[in-house]
Amino acid sequence: MSRPPLPPPSQTGPVGVAGLFAAQLGREWVASLRTLAETLNPLVFLFLAVTLFALGVGGDAEALANQAGAILWVLVLLATLLTLEALFRRDYDDGTLEQLVLLGKPAFVPILAKLAVQWALSGLAMTVLAPAVGMLLFLPAEVLGLTMLTLLAGSPALTLLGAVAAALTVGLRRGGVLLALLALPLFVPTLIFGAGAISLAMAGVDVTGQLYWLLAISVLALTVAPFAVIAALRISLE
Amino acid sequence: MAGAGQGSPVAPLLRLDGLGCQRDERWLFRDLTLDLNPGELLQLEGPNGSGKSTLLRVLLGLYPDFTGTLSVAECLYLGHRPGVSAVLTAAENLRWYAALQGVPADVAGALERVGMAGYENVVCQHMSAGQQRRIALARLALGGAPLWLLDEPLTALDTAGQDLVRALVAEHLAAGGAVVCATHQPLGIATARRMVLGAGARAVPAGAEP
Repeated sequence: MSRPPLPPPSQTGPVGVAGLFAAQLGREWVASLRTLAETLNPLVFLFLAVTLFALGVGGDAEALANQAGAILWVLVLLATLLTLEALFRRDYDDGTLEQLVLLGKPAFVPILAKLAVQWALSGLAMTVLAPAVGMLLFLPAEVLGLTMLTLLAGSPALTLLGAVAAALTVGLRRGGVLLALLALPLFVPTLIFGAGAISLAMAGVDVTGQLYWLLAISVLALTVAPFAVIAALRISLE
Repeated sequence: MAGAGQGSPVAPLLRLDGLGCQRDERWLFRDLTLDLNPGELLQLEGPNGSGKSTLLRVLLGLYPDFTGTLSVAECLYLGHRPGVSAVLTAAENLRWYAALQGVPADVAGALERVGMAGYENVVCQHMSAGQQRRIALARLALGGAPLWLLDEPLTALDTAGQDLVRALVAEHLAAGGAVVCATHQPLGIATARRMVLGAGARAVPAGAEP
């Protein structure tokens, strides 16, 4: 769109990209703390689900330990999915989301800030909780550190790719199932490398390659997802 | 999208050329041609479903499915959804807008302008619909864009609030801004240009003073 060369009534220079990022970061952080119960839901879910697995399998620690990496990663996937449903919902309903897309110059900066907070409160928080959760699943102590590493490297991809699916479905009243159908296939590579790394490490194999793959997927998601999210939001806001 | 006439002495803030939009195989409006210059108010009228909101969303670039060309200056949009986050305070909401728009965050001044001084630290979900609407209007008082696109700005406001909208619009026009306002109630500004959208029908050609 061309901008006619008229001096607007109260125009200042464009806000710095860093300022825009910081403003959005602060806003998301405050909003997350004000809705703390909602924010903590996925973490509570992770703990409950892991406890149920431990109870369901019973005392057979070895059987559980062999599958612990896969169980942990699947539950992290599902917990992330829970957070995605709410990612854009409130902002969509109150109209701030359309303002963000319209006014943000460039719009991917506030989107990135929003996703950063979202990741800190889901992926990063689950990474921190991973040792405790892993112990509930009888994961050997020597792979707990690696489990954290796989989550740290892989969870950004979950938030970023999932956000694209969330942005596509936010305009639908009951988008929950569709969101899962769209997001879960995107999560599959991360799941394979994440869970695979843990089970290989338990077998004594070097897993540097798997960690690099997880990082690569996350970096790819970081470069592509913000733009895909904006395109998807524009479709949802149409 | 076509560029505006850069060479003319006063560049229009909004230029439509043969703008049309179809929805469900039916023309909502077509062949709209108009230049909106600084200081001008365009009032969009027409019955429910005549395409007023859709036209505004076309202007915003949120509805890509249209024919013709348009050129739009930097604009502020106030839609059906107030754009006020219920979990944030009035001041937090406005500071966020100031950052998005790149204008100084004169939160106290903007709130005082809309009669909400003292509500800086009140979380918006504890406010009434009309009060939230006033917080949304405070966005306009923050300034920052020459063109305002308002969709039913008088909704949920009491008489004083409606007078406030009129005053804000009049001030903006006097300062050299332009306003497009979709409304059922006239804003009561004598110089307003009107564009009537009819359900399914061709719109009254615009560009002429009423």
